[in-house]
Amino acid sequence: MTELLEVTDLRLSYGKLHALRGANLQARAGEVIGIVGESGCGKSTLASALIGLPAEGAALSGSIKIAGQEMVAASAASRRALRGDRVAMIFQDPMTAFNPVLTLGDQLIDFQHRSHLSRKEKRAKARDMLASVGLPDPDLALKRYMHELSGGMRQRASIAAALLVSPDLLIADEPTTALDVTMEAQIIHLFRQLRAHHHGAIVIVTHHLGVVGELCDRVYVMYAGEVVEEGTVDEIYHSPRHPYTAALIACDPMHLEVTDQRLPTIPGRLPDLTNPPRGCAFASRCVKAAAICAEPPPRKRLSPTQAALCHRIAE
Amino acid sequence: MLTYTVKRIGLAIMVLLIVMSAMYAMVFLVPGDPASLALGPRATPELKAELTARMGLDQPLTTQILNFFSNALRGDLGYDVWSKRPVLDQILEVLPNTLFLGILSLGWAIVLGIVLGCLAVVWRGTAIDTLLGVLSVSMIAVPPFVIALYSLLIFAVWLNWLPAIGAGKPGDWSSQLAAALLPAFAIGITWVGYLARLVRASMLEVMGANYIRTARAFGLSEPRIVLRCALRVAIIPTIAILAVGFGSILSSAVFVETVFSRPGVGSLITSAVAKRNYPLVMGTVLFMTTFYLFVVTAADLLMAWLDPRVRDVFRS
Repeated sequence: MTELLEVTDLRLSYGKLHALRGANLQARAGEVIGIVGESGCGKSTLASALIGLPAEGAALSGSIKIAGQEMVAASAASRRALRGDRVAMIFQDPMTAFNPVLTLGDQLIDFQHRSHLSRKEKRAKARDMLASVGLPDPDLALKRYMHELSGGMRQRASIAAALLVSPDLLIADEPTTALDVTMEAQIIHLFRQLRAHHHGAIVIVTHHLGVVGELCDRVYVMYAGEVVEEGTVDEIYHSPRHPYTAALIACDPMHLEVTDQRLPTIPGRLPDLTNPPRGCAFASRCVKAAAICAEPPPRKRLSPTQAALCHRIAE
Repeated sequence: MLTYTVKRIGLAIMVLLIVMSAMYAMVFLVPGDPASLALGPRATPELKAELTARMGLDQPLTTQILNFFSNALRGDLGYDVWSKRPVLDQILEVLPNTLFLGILSLGWAIVLGIVLGCLAVVWRGTAIDTLLGVLSVSMIAVPPFVIALYSLLIFAVWLNWLPAIGAGKPGDWSSQLAAALLPAFAIGITWVGYLARLVRASMLEVMGANYIRTARAFGLSEPRIVLRCALRVAIIPTIAILAVGFGSILSSAVFVETVFSRPGVGSLITSAVAKRNYPLVMGTVLFMTTFYLFVVTAADLLMAWLDPRVRDVFRS
């Protein structure tokens, strides 16, 4: 199978702050991958870099290949040519992701600017897509402004928008974070249906382990701008090998046996990314840390699908 | 949109009625007798009684207010105490001068202010941005009357390029324009600064908004993003400020027309106040209030047309 998305040693810094310190990941067609980690670990930075829209003033190096085409070194124009065609994104906050002064219909037509359909056909396509993501009364929704739609309707609309351009690579940045539990369940359900019909790769960026467990095939765990462990959902959830992954899973409220138990936390905080440690970034918070952790950790292959960045794992 | 329009105009009419009542109360309920003021200390009681009756001041208060309202609605703003000419005629006579000055002042301020604001956005964070910032704030900080006096001194007195006083010959556009240049400069310069700062701030805010990122994520071209997605939102605060700006320019006209001895609504009010010419003062203030309300209402309707969220303010 061909790699639809291949990220190699991706580094990104804002001035002195090293937000991504050599991230590696791959996704194949038909695959759903999850990127998890705590706030500030570089997930959203990675997502923005994947669609070629890193924050202003960010210095990017390494390689992002989408369907074999290199994005990092490419000109702004050729990066733009990929967006809204091969790559589309579902944004974190559906409240602000749409323009407040244009109707949903107008925006969904604008987003199809690469298509040669007539305006009327684009509108019909948008209508059908809204219906297929489960928006009640799509004809009326097309005429609505964003403040007239509920949070769940907006998130459905933003999923519909991304699907309208039938991208090879669909990136969803925290697609359920801004929603309440009921809406979250509905959107997860929608993504599951989507998995069955979408032929490209889907990348879901989230801090919510439940979402990843429900939707993904493989998971990348990020910490301090690096991928510290990768594996299938089963491997990551049932045999996490990196101490950070293990700690993250232990903190998931879903794993609590009794409800009055105190929620475990990982003590300490993220290292200072303006001056990242030479060795393992997690060492200062790690229960298994030893003297050797001051050296850069090796990447150990643990199974055909699982690998971790740690000194303290026996291969 | 229709609901909003109707309600917004209804609100404007209510404001106008309140202004009219307040004005009537201020002028006529304060101690003192307009008739004796108008006629001076040597007036006979018969003359005073006659003038009081002519001005309708012997009627009950409610009748007076109703008369004032109904006359004003019919466009009758009363008569000048001294010249006996209708107030409305006097206002309409000088109004074109003030309007021309106002539009010229705001016109050059809009063009230059928006251009400077956009330039600051294009070169944000650079020395040009800082320079434009310092320049804009200086323009806001220096009082317009200082600008008026110095520009009068430099361009009219020393260099003798432009006329110092008057509004130009009637019918001669070039002389009217030449006469309006210095006053328009003095009034407009503050607004260049305001608009440059405002346009810069709102453009930067909008261009950083999530929906602009969305538009970029769908690969829309940058000019299309600016013109279709950003400008429509960024222009809204500017329109709101411009409506207020037009009002403040009308009040700036009061002093600028005095400094440059221009005939206009501003100098009409000034001289009317100086001569205790109450019908003229009231008529002019009422006229300007109505005009200002009209501009603000028009701006509100324009904003509502541009921004659907504004339209829904009166709902719920």
